[in-house]
Amino acid sequence: MQVPAPFEYERATSVDHAIGLLDRLGESARLVAGGHSLLPMMKLRLTDLEYLIDINELHGELGYVRVEGDEVRVGAMTRHRELLESDVLAGVFPVFREAERVIADPVVRNRGTLGGSLCQADPSEDLSAVCGALDAVCVVRGPRGERLVPMVEFHRGPYETALGQGEMLVEVRFPVRPGGVSAFEKVERRAGDWAVASAAAAVWLDGGTITHARVGLAAVGSGTVRVEGITEALSGQRPSEELYTRAGRIAARSCDPATDSRGSAEYKRHLAEELTRRTLRRAVAGTGKA
Amino acid sequence: MRVTMTVNGEEVTKEIESRLLLVHFVRDHLGLTGTHWGCDTSNCGTCVLWMDGEPVKSCTVLAAMAGGKEVRTVEGLATDGELDPVQRGFMECHGLQCGFCTPGMMMTARALLDRNPDPSEDEVREAISGQICRCTGYATIVRSVRWAAEHEAAEKAAACPARPECGAASDGAEEGVR
Repeated sequence: MQVPAPFEYERATSVDHAIGLLDRLGESARLVAGGHSLLPMMKLRLTDLEYLIDINELHGELGYVRVEGDEVRVGAMTRHRELLESDVLAGVFPVFREAERVIADPVVRNRGTLGGSLCQADPSEDLSAVCGALDAVCVVRGPRGERLVPMVEFHRGPYETALGQGEMLVEVRFPVRPGGVSAFEKVERRAGDWAVASAAAAVWLDGGTITHARVGLAAVGSGTVRVEGITEALSGQRPSEELYTRAGRIAARSCDPATDSRGSAEYKRHLAEELTRRTLRRAVAGTGKA
Repeated sequence: MRVTMTVNGEEVTKEIESRLLLVHFVRDHLGLTGTHWGCDTSNCGTCVLWMDGEPVKSCTVLAAMAGGKEVRTVEGLATDGELDPVQRGFMECHGLQCGFCTPGMMMTARALLDRNPDPSEDEVREAISGQICRCTGYATIVRSVRWAAEHEAAEKAAACPARPECGAASDGAEEGVR
């Protein structure tokens, strides 16, 4: 029987309340949203916390998908199921619905949140790659106000984020640029499992020419939420198989997978290359399943 | 700490440890052992119950987090001694063998039918994809849920014959039965 170590439970009733609690309780406090990453870690005694601050009541304040000007803003407490079912999100970024379909299972998706996924900073987590590919910006609020952190800087390493003392992730913003297409691919051992490897690709086209391109990878080592060098290699070119192959090679070179029960490092590197090609090809062909 | 929640329509208040998981709260503190405790890692889904109308894996929810919420367990499926169509479907179509996964399967199935009264076989399989039947009896579980969908529609239609559009009565209501 797995039981977390003892802790004090607090329930936040507003974002300001949560930040106040975090600030007052210091490093021994952690926020819990859906809890489907943190609670298993607590049960395995892999965390060391004295205070658990439940922010599920903030769903009213932080559960939303809004289009504002030239960006889509998603509240940190938006649950996986809501992300999956959002037609607005799927219309602008097909990659979101494609990823959400294969993240965990429907019952877990009832609880898990966007903010929780990103703050867990698990290198195998799929949404981080989606956010990396879409050039997302994280809105971080703390006792001294708000600051913006690009997704590519939000993860500092495995299970480590850019959040400072008293700070929490409140929103994720996605720039909407004309001509954008996107796709997601994941290889998993069985339904609902963590990825052996997964890839998210986003491409922006103007009159058949690529103006901007991004690929994010998951489960192939840390620091891959955005593969560097993709947009440099693809911009100004017309989409082609040769181009996708070149991008695939960059992705394979950029990652550092480890051999584990899900596959060998060599196999995962192969997947990084192949899934990069597939997602780019499918994004450009406009066959995102949204 | 003290926690108050509504379980199967009844308000309960208990003194608990903050680290107590919801699955152990309903089983050990309320004696509602219909909710089963399986893998303890949110993989198997036998501990699925409803929190505020949505199925959740109760081995990965703290009892404290359910404070102020409405919890419904498999014991709350039947109404006034009348089994829920989902429960009847599992009986009619042999939806259970050892029965260990059954409470979770039924709670997920009930939630599915509430949202989608006429799910396809694929939609049923997707809905229960986070739950494991180690007897591998998935075919009969899917058939049981379809049975419930068909009978529920037929019963609704029979309840208001003047308005046939309010239920999708089907001649093939018995199709799922073996």
